[in-house]
Amino acid sequence: MKRIVITGQGTINALGRNVPETLEAMREGRCGISDLEFQDVERLSIRIGAQVKGYEPEETFNRQQIALYDRFTQFTLIAAREAIGQSGLTFSGELAARSGVVLGTSGGGMNTLDENYRSVYEDGKNRVHPFVVPKLMNNAAASHVSMEWNLKGPSFTVATACASSNHAMGQAMQMIRTGMADVMVTGGSEAMLCFGGIKAWEGLRVMSKDACRPFSANRNGMVQGEGSAVFVFEEYEHAKARGAEILAEVVGFAMTSDAADIVMPSKQGASRAITGAMRDARLNPEDVCYINAHGTGTAANDKTECAAVADAFGHHADELMISSTKSMHGHLIGGTGAVELLACIMALRDGVIAPTIGYEEPDPECALDVVPNVARDVKVGAVLSNAFAFGGLNAVLALRAH
Amino acid sequence: MSETIQDRVIAIIAEQAVLEPGDVSLDQTLEDLGIDSLGLVESIFAIEEAFDISVPFNANDPSASEFDISSVAAIIRAVEGLVADQAA
Repeated sequence: MKRIVITGQGTINALGRNVPETLEAMREGRCGISDLEFQDVERLSIRIGAQVKGYEPEETFNRQQIALYDRFTQFTLIAAREAIGQSGLTFSGELAARSGVVLGTSGGGMNTLDENYRSVYEDGKNRVHPFVVPKLMNNAAASHVSMEWNLKGPSFTVATACASSNHAMGQAMQMIRTGMADVMVTGGSEAMLCFGGIKAWEGLRVMSKDACRPFSANRNGMVQGEGSAVFVFEEYEHAKARGAEILAEVVGFAMTSDAADIVMPSKQGASRAITGAMRDARLNPEDVCYINAHGTGTAANDKTECAAVADAFGHHADELMISSTKSMHGHLIGGTGAVELLACIMALRDGVIAPTIGYEEPDPECALDVVPNVARDVKVGAVLSNAFAFGGLNAVLALRAH
Repeated sequence: MSETIQDRVIAIIAEQAVLEPGDVSLDQTLEDLGIDSLGLVESIFAIEEAFDISVPFNANDPSASEFDISSVAAIIRAVEGLVADQAA
């Protein structure tokens, strides 16, 4: 079995336009959540989100590209450019054929759908732009990354709601591990902050109107975010041979299904995924110092997740740190695990644990060290990243310092 | 309108519980009727649509919401209040 290392990372999200800006915001415990700005927002009861403000596509893309790239694709390409640039890789010949891209998204081209539904239903127009389909399809971002960087190996998109990115990165890891590919560009993206995107979530009545306060007793729901994070996963010997800078090693992955309820999480399903990732990584519970939680800030997720961690770790649950960075960058749904992996890599490389901000009142049902409000300097050797999706689909990654 | 608010709310709850309206009594809780959290959110949606009202309810903390869902009777009272507020 091959080993997998990360040799590049990139992002754009409400906290920053790149990795250094995002990590600085996480270190400072800055909140990216503010008033949403888009058409018809006044018809929503939920009006906050972690939006990428002041973003002008024209600064990065030309007119023809904007006609083809939905916002989620634009975010992906921006993040991929930073990640692949950092890796120093160029793809041609045999390497191109042995490199691919697996990305996660839940909504795909949601803004494109929203704009064009508005045009035909509300404005009564009877004609849409010819590129609506290639722009909105869920695999558009993965395809454009493959075209931009000449990645000719296994490429596809994974959609498992809030676990999409973790499932995608898990697939990328397995492909390198089993020798199917040498390099995989992976991560995820989401751009669901539009009238239809938020209106649909409003209906479920799990969104907060004022703030995301994971694990806090007074939490009252999730807050959506948008953006992307992309990583270069590379086979270890390949990275070593070319003297690449290694950011971290991806050592384990597990996925489970609750097979129980379409929205309510299950302690057993989550706990089995956590335990499975540790077993796959050959880590003992006491080796794990930090978990980037799914931590949505809903009543149901946070207490179930804490119970699952207690179940999987036993006594060590009281020793480890677990924080939810969604309190800062919001819940990026299909892109969330990717942005959260940035916090995991920061913990391993810089020894900085990103905090759970907005934490106000202890909840006896979430009685773990949630790194409240202020980042912490701790040297850590191994970390986990949790993602538990609607539909009961769970995916947990394990990383080690390199 | 011959149908009272009470009749209409009971009809909505009965449909969600897959029962005849006559089998729903005022002192029952939603739990007694076998309505889970998804069923509750769906019932509230149906009530909002039926009465053209907006029900203040957050699934994260149903007990802290202004809308009392502790029993069928409580729900009916709450809906009557919202309908009256709207008429005022």
